[in-house]
Amino acid sequence: MTGKNRENYNKNYIAYVNSFDPPTKHFKNCFRAFMVGGLICCIGQFIRYMLEGVVGLTGDELAGATSIVLIFLGVLLTGLGVYDRIGRNAGAGSIVPITGFANTVASPAMEFKTEGMVYGMAAKMFIVAGPIIVFGVLAGTAVGIIYLLL
Amino acid sequence: MVGNYVDKTLTDDTFGESSYEKAECKMLSYAISRAIENAGEKEENVDLLISGDLLNQIISASFAARDFDFPFLGVYSACSTLSESLALAAMLVDAGYYKKIVAATGSHFSSAERQYRYPLELGNTRPPQSQWTVTGAGGAFIANEGGRVAITSATLGKVVDFGITDVNNMGAAMAPAAADTILNHLRDTGRSADYYDLIITGDLGALGSRIVKDLIWEMGVDIQNNHVDCGEIIYNVIEDEFQGGSGAGCSAVVFNSYIFDKLRRGQLTRVLLCATGALLSTVSSGQGESIPCIAHAVSIEVV
Repeated sequence: MTGKNRENYNKNYIAYVNSFDPPTKHFKNCFRAFMVGGLICCIGQFIRYMLEGVVGLTGDELAGATSIVLIFLGVLLTGLGVYDRIGRNAGAGSIVPITGFANTVASPAMEFKTEGMVYGMAAKMFIVAGPIIVFGVLAGTAVGIIYLLL
Repeated sequence: MVGNYVDKTLTDDTFGESSYEKAECKMLSYAISRAIENAGEKEENVDLLISGDLLNQIISASFAARDFDFPFLGVYSACSTLSESLALAAMLVDAGYYKKIVAATGSHFSSAERQYRYPLELGNTRPPQSQWTVTGAGGAFIANEGGRVAITSATLGKVVDFGITDVNNMGAAMAPAAADTILNHLRDTGRSADYYDLIITGDLGALGSRIVKDLIWEMGVDIQNNHVDCGEIIYNVIEDEFQGGSGAGCSAVVFNSYIFDKLRRGQLTRVLLCATGALLSTVSSGQGESIPCIAHAVSIEVV
């Protein structure tokens, strides 16, 4: 159907197309996300114990060092081409942890290095992570103000 | 299956180049020279190249044309670029303006993904309706004499938009365009659907193929038995590929190798190639526009 009076036809067609949508497997998706997300958290906790027991870090230093190790692992797995495979199956399980954030920064950096180090890699590095940072800062500020007023 | 019919299969996704865009260009360039070679012709006898691809400003086609010493006509019709090029080539040859024309197109999974979607290594999930852009290129050599396989008619399509906005559901967006063009073609030529051994669509995928059959059946024409979709047959269906292949390279690879081989051997005598294209850009989908689609049909027969 072309021309100007296609509006009515569209509604029927979209309803018809939606009837083909396979049902989202909520349980399966949640289970996978829980398992992979949980595993990443367990690895994080293990690293934390190791840094505390073996290296002897405490407090903020310990938290910072644990995050750094996890970010490194996220970037390493992205570079090795493994993280996208994990993500395809785990969904939110590998997107939500800090390793997922590392992946969103590292993957465009790898992708756009063919356009040069400045206008390619550096400029495009935050195309995926940019919104996360913007709204993260905004949400943090809002919560901070509420906390101040209470 | 299609892999056994192509001239060259690549194991390196960059084709020895430094970027995916350069690889796409090199593939297209290879397809052009191989099409000329397979036709038993020389490059200096070619009058014109008609080509296009999916990248912004059709860089692959233009850059591939840089390697050749004949005029170039750049066209863009998304994934239906092949059938548009074939139709144009046939018209120009039939009118006598040119004698020998090469029509070629291609696409690359990684460069398309980069332009239209997310970085390759990003750990996101893909919805089940999505398709995989084919990495491949194909070319056809069209001349006013010689050869047993000929383009006998063509129907250019209208831009059809049924209001689909989901960029991951291209099959559903493009199916109405394919249905419209196929029906118009049959009406114009007075042929019935079973006149053709095969009615080939470009890259509707499994879901889109089902919809196009339904839409055409609603209009009283039955193509259940002779319809085939390049996107649906190009990959062995395994879980990761969802609805099948897509992209300009999809119909170019399947048609110019597998289908053309069957035509040349006489195993098929009449086919209708109706490749479909989604005429969107990342800007239009970002602004919430629906996806306008087009399909051009070319009938190819053994004469």
